[in-house]
Amino acid sequence: MEKRVLFRSTWLPWVLLAPQLFIVGVFFFWPAGQALVQSLQQQDAFGSSVTWVGFDNFRTLWADETYMASFKTTLIFSVLVTVLGLSIALLLAVFADRITKGATFYKTVLILPYAVAPVVTGLLWSLMFSTSVGIVTYWLKRLGIQWNHLLNGDHAMALIVMASVWKQISYNFLFFLAGLTSIPKSLIEAAAIDGARPWRRFWTIQLPLLSPTAFFLLVINMVYSFFDTFAIIDATTQGGPGKDTATLVYRVYFDGFRGMDFGSSAAQSVVLMVMVIALTIIQFKFIEKKVNY
Amino acid sequence: MVERSPTLGILAHFVMIVGVLIVAFPIYLAFVASTHSPQEIMQAPMPILPGGHFWETYKTALLGTGASSSHVAVGRMIWVSFVITFIITFGKISISLLSAFAIVYFRFPLRNLCFWLIFITLMLPVEVRIGPTYQVVADLGMINTYAGLSVPLIASATATFLFRQFFLTVPDELVEAARIDGAGPLRFFKDVLLPLSATSIAALFVIQFIYGWNQYLWPLIAATSEDMYPIVIGIKQMIGGGDSPVEWNVVMATAILAMLPPTLVVVLMQKWFVKGLVDTEK
Repeated sequence: MEKRVLFRSTWLPWVLLAPQLFIVGVFFFWPAGQALVQSLQQQDAFGSSVTWVGFDNFRTLWADETYMASFKTTLIFSVLVTVLGLSIALLLAVFADRITKGATFYKTVLILPYAVAPVVTGLLWSLMFSTSVGIVTYWLKRLGIQWNHLLNGDHAMALIVMASVWKQISYNFLFFLAGLTSIPKSLIEAAAIDGARPWRRFWTIQLPLLSPTAFFLLVINMVYSFFDTFAIIDATTQGGPGKDTATLVYRVYFDGFRGMDFGSSAAQSVVLMVMVIALTIIQFKFIEKKVNY
Repeated sequence: MVERSPTLGILAHFVMIVGVLIVAFPIYLAFVASTHSPQEIMQAPMPILPGGHFWETYKTALLGTGASSSHVAVGRMIWVSFVITFIITFGKISISLLSAFAIVYFRFPLRNLCFWLIFITLMLPVEVRIGPTYQVVADLGMINTYAGLSVPLIASATATFLFRQFFLTVPDELVEAARIDGAGPLRFFKDVLLPLSATSIAALFVIQFIYGWNQYLWPLIAATSEDMYPIVIGIKQMIGGGDSPVEWNVVMATAILAMLPPTLVVVLMQKWFVKGLVDTEK
């Protein structure tokens, strides 16, 4: 889409673009370029000498079993967060769509987690599941489950999944609800007249028409669980026990700023960049398809 | 006409109530914890009804007079958070308005290149390039400054993208009319485009406010001195104190204070928030 009517000026557009280009140049392209360069370098522990090592940082990464384990952890984590987050939100949205009384109240409460910072989310769930004072820990104990996410890797994973799903429910819910409201009422009514019961209508009309929304949310939730959950992990398990909940983003931070291994951290950044770009391309391909619909 | 089914109606309310309870419970529990003394919380299980230490806890948190872990007053942290959030919000909205205007309403050499240079930033969140960004900011001497904490987060094109989409829907007749009336581009921008963009600006304000307020990883490494901690960093430091027992009541009071501003913004501006959310991602 282009404008037919335009303004003419040789200098004005550059003046208007200058602030954004400046900030993007200094704080985006420069660091991103640095990441590429550093991923091919090795710094000694004191940061005094730098040597070119080619693809050594990447080879070290591939050979590092804990890094490969982080891949697996990230994958399990994102699949769990995405699947659970989408199904719970879809369930809530489908029922919210039927309700008129009290709808505003339900909706207002359900969007609250969006406003809560990820690190605060982590703390709220830490309090509930705290091994010493946690109320849910206490209830679980009465059911015979000894909860300890500080020692049990599965418990730790469950905790960060629950906290991340909770935080993302608002977002998924709003998009599903927007998708459901945009389905023409006449379609639903026609199906109802033809004798389709609610359950049948959901499977044959609403769900297929929601599939673009669902696919979009799928990509967004993958990206979310890859990157935006850093604070949740840092506030609850800190990647532990051992490295059981250390996702890829957590490693970038941990190896770079705690381990002071900037070469490895930069190489990990590059790996992540490639992954995000791949996800974005998938998403753009999908948007193109939606336009042609 | 869709059939009315009372059973399904009841089921719908039941599901919604369960959902609301699960969503609200962690927040409620945080509030409860913030109204008890540390001793009361320490008795497992912690109480599930609010206690009588509300004012005491919040005063301790806000003034930073806690016994062991919290040194910096939460009041100060809230101030830092507000400053950073407002720089991010206003900075992003204003530079994006200008650049979207340039890209949509002008033809100039390298226009397409500029377009892509800006939009490629959509792809890489700051988390991915955290190390090098830190070094750049450190080289510029911007660690522990408001600018250092906020400007790197402005370097993204979400807002530009939204404004571009919106400008493209503005009818061409308006530009023609403005030109016939003798208005230059800046006059058109100020008197026609800005008023028309009011809703988009409001929507973006909500999204960016929450984005800025809740930023964690960047301030975690770019704020090293305690008096430059935004509240989300400060709260994390309260529980990271090694062996000292966590003062859950003060931590949770801080958590409530930390979620209050973004929650108010979301709830009070709900209409624009939903619109902004759905529009930015289109």
